Amino acid sequence: MSSPLIFSTKRSSFWPVVVLCLGLALVPVVAVLTKQGHWVSLTTQMMILALAALSLDLILGIGGLLSFGHAAFIGLGAYTTGILIQEGKGDLLIALPMSLVVSGLFAFVTGIVALRTRGVVFIMITLAFGQMAYFAAQALYAYGGDDGLTLDGRSTVFGLKLLSNKIVFYYLTFACLAGCLLLLQRLSRARFGRVLLGARDNAVRMETLGYDVFRVRLMAYVLSGMIAGLAGFLLANHTEFVSPAYAAWQRSGDLIFMVIIGGVGSLWGAVGGALTYLLLEEGLSGLTEHWKVIFGPLIILFVLLTHGGIEGVVARLRDMMAGGRHD
Amino acid sequence: MSLLAIQVLNGLQLGLLMFLVAAGLTLVFGVMDFINLAHGVQYMMGAYLAATFIGWTGHFVIGLGMALIGIMIFGLLLERVMFRHLYARSHLDQVLATFGLILFLNQGVKMVWGAAPLGVPVPEWFQGSVLLGDGILYPVYRFVIIGSGLLMALVLWLVVEKTRLGMLVRAGASNATMLSALGVDVRKLFMVIFAFGTMLAGFAGAMAAPILSVEPGMGDQVLILAFVVIVIGGIGSIRGAFAGALLVGLIDTLARSYSVDFMRLFVGPAAARGIANGLSSMFIYLLMALVLFLRPDGLFPARGRT
Repeated sequence: MSSPLIFSTKRSSFWPVVVLCLGLALVPVVAVLTKQGHWVSLTTQMMILALAALSLDLILGIGGLLSFGHAAFIGLGAYTTGILIQEGKGDLLIALPMSLVVSGLFAFVTGIVALRTRGVVFIMITLAFGQMAYFAAQALYAYGGDDGLTLDGRSTVFGLKLLSNKIVFYYLTFACLAGCLLLLQRLSRARFGRVLLGARDNAVRMETLGYDVFRVRLMAYVLSGMIAGLAGFLLANHTEFVSPAYAAWQRSGDLIFMVIIGGVGSLWGAVGGALTYLLLEEGLSGLTEHWKVIFGPLIILFVLLTHGGIEGVVARLRDMMAGGRHD
Repeated sequence: MSLLAIQVLNGLQLGLLMFLVAAGLTLVFGVMDFINLAHGVQYMMGAYLAATFIGWTGHFVIGLGMALIGIMIFGLLLERVMFRHLYARSHLDQVLATFGLILFLNQGVKMVWGAAPLGVPVPEWFQGSVLLGDGILYPVYRFVIIGSGLLMALVLWLVVEKTRLGMLVRAGASNATMLSALGVDVRKLFMVIFAFGTMLAGFAGAMAAPILSVEPGMGDQVLILAFVVIVIGGIGSIRGAFAGALLVGLIDTLARSYSVDFMRLFVGPAAARGIANGLSSMFIYLLMALVLFLRPDGLFPARGRT
């Protein structure tokens, strides 16, 4: 799991990010030109989940903390937004900050407990907190309970129904994803990211160097939860529906897989992983309704046969090319 | 009072079923440090095999026996084909690979048996109810579940505490590397533990089949509860799994029943049931968080485990 080379300063992930962002920015243009409107909606969905995967990669990839309850933050963001919209206070200026605050607070409180534990226990306790959020959503009987809640519409912006436009919503999602990707890349190269990474490989050493590992981890956990909450805000607006399933543990498992196919610890890899995952899901579910019968073994084979995901393959190729040039 | 008696019995029954699932999980976890998310689908497979074999033979005990043999072979196959390659991997890889197995088996079961729940009739001998005084009736079959759960727990305790094999298991849970250095074939030991744990989970599934609906995904909830149980009880500890399972079973059942009554004071019956279901499930996870916070190693940690 630890591959510190990925974070050596010499290896820039500048170009993949540029290609990825340009590609995503052009999707609506191409979709409109070729009259494939549903691609806009599908890609919006992908970017929202990519945002969630990105947030998980901050604590899983860089922090080395395997959280199995990450979907809870998506659920919290989505439910906060959904409830506010239902109560007629769904304006972006209220719903967005509230979603961030709620998911951030949940991350803070659960983080204080969970981050005192290590290894397996951390996995289990985050799973438990995730389940708590799931059942809390189920207990919201006034807001649909087990069945979920269909929303009256999307958030307004200063009272204007801007987000109802697919293209506008697409670029809002795109801006959120690109912004968070850049923010996390900066952070991971700053001292904060270095300490987090150092603590992943040797927490005692970082403590000895005088860093407060617990505090740095807690900050990362809260930031990660807030970004996932942002994804929840977008998801509720995109689907105009909220359901406990958003916080289900299977969703947390999906997020982990997205991060893994992209290669843990490389932030753009998490985005690429999420896109790959959803394209795979889309493609396989087009083949047969029992697509999970194919998908499950694919996951197993992927784990058994590869290390480091897509990013690892790219890095290896680059190593080979660079090696060729130096010789 | 009478309601309390019934709820305590229900809680005991749930706790013992949980124990059967958690016992295998805690040993697999404790000895090999292997996170097996697929333990829940082994419970599900037990229920499906029991439903099938009981349907074929028309006889509960013979069907149950065949299901147990079937699930054991299934467990050994899984160990050979897949799990063996994951022992040396990181927890991340183990979580992911067994997650893939869950997706596969849940869907596979749907393909083979259909998405509709299967019903298994309560065996003829155990139909009817027992009078508990005050005119309260309690089904005989539920007593059978409680009895067989206790019997299994006793057998497990005797094996683990009194036999050479059990001694090796305990040693493995404390320090598998040291045990291996002393010349014990830990892999073989683990295969035995794994097959046995799968069988226990399958047995729990098979016993639960007549009172629950047998359906795809039925193992997922059980799996997560089993994790809660072993974390509360202490990883690698049978004693802990027993205490944890009874605690979780009783609290879950009692909280569910009483929070329905409590919520009824404020809202209508349907809403009360909906809210109470969510609230009582949250209780369990709160309990787990509390235990982990106060005693990170669980209530009864395996001796000598670091």
